[in-house]
Amino acid sequence: MSAAPLDSKQEILERIRKAVDSVGNRAAEYAAIPREYRREGAMAAEAKMELFAARLYDYGTSVYRCTTAQIADAVAQALSARRRTGIVVAHGVPASWLPENFEFVEDDGLSYTALDASNGVLTGCELAVAFTGTIILRHGPGQPRRAVTLVPDYHLCVVRAQQVAETLPEAIRRVEEFRSTPLTTISGPSATSDIEMTRVKGVHGPRTLDVVLVS
Amino acid sequence: MNVTLFITCYNDTLFPATGKAVVAVLERLGHTVDFPQAQTCCGQMHYNTGYQNDARHMMMHFLKVFRDAEIVCVPSASCVAMMREHFPKMAAAMPDAAVGRDVTAMLPRVYEFCELLVDKLRSVDTGATFPHTVTLHSTCHSLRGTKIGERPLQLLRAVRGLSYVELPQADQCCGFGGTFSIKNADVSAALLSDKVRAILDTQAEVCTAVDNSCLMHIGGALSRQRAGVRCLHLAEILASTSGEPA
Amino acid sequence: MSVRVGKAAEAPTFAQAARGMLGNAQLRHNVRHATDVIRARRAHAVGETADWQQLRDSARAIKDHVLRHLDTYLEQFETACKAAGGKVHWARDADEANTAIVDIIRSHGGTEVIKVKTMTSDETGLNPALEAAGITPIETDLADLIIQLGADKPSHIVVPALHRNKAEIRRLFMEKMQLPELGERAEDLAGAARRYLRERFLRVPVGLSGANFAIAESGSLCVVESEGNGRMCLSLPKVLVSLVGIEKIIPTFGDLEVFLQLLGRSATGERMNPYNSIWSGVTAGDGPQEFHVVLLDNGRTGVLTEPETRPTLACIRCGACLNICPVYRQTGGHAYGSIYAGPIGAILTPQLQSMKHSQSLPFASTLCGACYEVCPVKIDIPEILLHLRNKVVKSGGAPLAERLAMRFAARAFKNGGRLESAQKLVRIAQKPYVHSGSIERLPGMLANWTQFRDLAAVPAESFRQWWAARQNKEKK
Repeated sequence: MSAAPLDSKQEILERIRKAVDSVGNRAAEYAAIPREYRREGAMAAEAKMELFAARLYDYGTSVYRCTTAQIADAVAQALSARRRTGIVVAHGVPASWLPENFEFVEDDGLSYTALDASNGVLTGCELAVAFTGTIILRHGPGQPRRAVTLVPDYHLCVVRAQQVAETLPEAIRRVEEFRSTPLTTISGPSATSDIEMTRVKGVHGPRTLDVVLVS
Repeated sequence: MNVTLFITCYNDTLFPATGKAVVAVLERLGHTVDFPQAQTCCGQMHYNTGYQNDARHMMMHFLKVFRDAEIVCVPSASCVAMMREHFPKMAAAMPDAAVGRDVTAMLPRVYEFCELLVDKLRSVDTGATFPHTVTLHSTCHSLRGTKIGERPLQLLRAVRGLSYVELPQADQCCGFGGTFSIKNADVSAALLSDKVRAILDTQAEVCTAVDNSCLMHIGGALSRQRAGVRCLHLAEILASTSGEPA
Repeated sequence: MSVRVGKAAEAPTFAQAARGMLGNAQLRHNVRHATDVIRARRAHAVGETADWQQLRDSARAIKDHVLRHLDTYLEQFETACKAAGGKVHWARDADEANTAIVDIIRSHGGTEVIKVKTMTSDETGLNPALEAAGITPIETDLADLIIQLGADKPSHIVVPALHRNKAEIRRLFMEKMQLPELGERAEDLAGAARRYLRERFLRVPVGLSGANFAIAESGSLCVVESEGNGRMCLSLPKVLVSLVGIEKIIPTFGDLEVFLQLLGRSATGERMNPYNSIWSGVTAGDGPQEFHVVLLDNGRTGVLTEPETRPTLACIRCGACLNICPVYRQTGGHAYGSIYAGPIGAILTPQLQSMKHSQSLPFASTLCGACYEVCPVKIDIPEILLHLRNKVVKSGGAPLAERLAMRFAARAFKNGGRLESAQKLVRIAQKPYVHSGSIERLPGMLANWTQFRDLAAVPAESFRQWWAARQNKEKK
């Protein structure tokens, strides 16, 4: 191919300009796009939490509901239930969440092999969506690295009531300011239906996801 | 009411009994029927096979023949779907804006046979008697093209003596698809075999629908298999009486 | 220019290929089962929403808007992606894209690349190009891995290996992964894939992906997946290359609120697919530190040219139209001769190739309309099929016998008198074939009908004749 990259770009843009009549005010046109779908939730706080918890149960996630003061106890309960004596702690997790008598390893740039060999990871989250049972993780400075939430086989995530939005549009609006940082959304554990449409839970990501839901 | 009948080209040629049944039902309900001899075809076969230019001429002819009709009755959901979905687009692509106006003026007067009975004439009970077990194939164009929905079932339910059995997966295409049945005969036959199996499983004596095209396809297979199940257009069931059974 | 869609240009006609598929009982059983399951899941997930139609309307309006301003949005995307530390390459066709990708991997001395499901790379034939350059592509989506290990072809957009059953997959894994003790359950097979791929995820320094959405305002990409292999490929390697069709652009991050609600429900019947990854350029201390986007045309700007066909580019590759399609359900994906199967494949494949190949595909539909009904971005596929059929006929692509038959019919439909004469002619012509009112064998093209079905003979009296006789009687 003799053409320089710039030529390809120009040619593609030229083809587009020839193909479409893109006159008209783009911003005004965009603003006029109909958006009649549900953009605001209508649920009371407790109903919203119930729905979120129900969705998580539906995905096979264990949910530990507690108050702020009880987070460390709930973490201990979850770890014990999964027979974990220790776990990796991602960036952004406050010390107050960590119960005594467990071994916690700070993520100070652990290697992939170390993460792979670990017993799991404890993280917070940025937001959650009740209607779809979704957890949104934000990465970047002061936040859990993507690898830390992915390579370990067990993910314990703390979600606080004020982080739970009812609908996806509400969550998207709340997380919009972070649109340039990496985001991961998690709706239940990894899954595949590639073999005879039999749903197998847990493929490459953490095969078990538990949630501490703080009211 | 004065009803002008658009019989459609294939009913005219292959299924005159359906036309006669439509006339019988409408006259029995006290309406007068008119049949313009100049009528031909809505253009569906040509349009769907890729001959849009030919279809355009047929549309123009239809508009001319039925210009003054008060109510146009069409015993074929797929032809009605053709008019509603494609006439406006064909007209819009023509230089003469008058054609578009003609189409806009025409379409609200076009009724599929069941729509005419249920919505316009409010005659769900047509006074029919048909003492047989019947199943209904919901044709694609009655479901998705014209959205006739439950109307055929409403009409069937009012028929005396009729025992209705639901067809499993009634909304699945029978595989006709016009020239598809010729161009992709193997796939068409595979679809047809599913449809026939479902019909036979119902143990019905008669399979009905609002499109003779699908019934010609299904009936062709039932006949080939000597299955002993009849295919009848819904109009023929509605025309049936104890004195003149279908 | 070498626009190509995999090997679609060399594929047999749909009717020919379909005939072979119809004889494969295993394939048909698998396809039927898979489509039944996904359809039921989809119906349930869609039923949970109260605003499905409104979401569809918005999605379509956004896509239409983007396509009208695609040049501006692409440039906006490029600027934002570069500002975030990404590099942007433009590829007019398949070869240009493959060359760019090979060059990037070579510049790092890479001999392996981990890939997350990208149909676009199947379209450009990237894997053969990589192999020719001495680079081993490792497919990491379970179905893609099954296809790759079996030297097979994908048969579905979302579940590409649905034509394979468990026993076949087990045999394949036992052989290729050297696992003589492998269990029989789906869980065992998924577990084998996990172990097989994990070592590669942790080791291979170059990742390759496609993207479901490219966000113009932030220069971000979004990859939607279920297994976690996507997250692995997107966040563990040092270098990441994403091959993205130019139609994947959406204007803003906020627009994800529409598409993410539609895609998971339409594709797999999930409220939301398990994982979505969204990122922009590179992030210090987290994920790949070198990131390239290859923006691919490969015939897309041609599809853009006609307003009638332009909505084809709104497709978000959910596969709902395949699952609902009565034709796909019988034949499976391979009959379409293209990586894009089903109704969307029937319109996309021939168009990408400027209607030079795959001309039988627009006719591979009964026009039942089910695809349009389920499409999350409201692409009126039947309408586009009809438009393409018209193009095939206008370019002389229809068989002679058909053209003659259509001409005969068109003349007959000029007025009532001509139709009546034609009816009389047909009545005479059918005589040798009619036995007891029925026709069981016809010559030529029409034999395709009588091969499987009888045909009721044209009755002695047409409706119009009956009517005329009745009128005469009344007058008397």
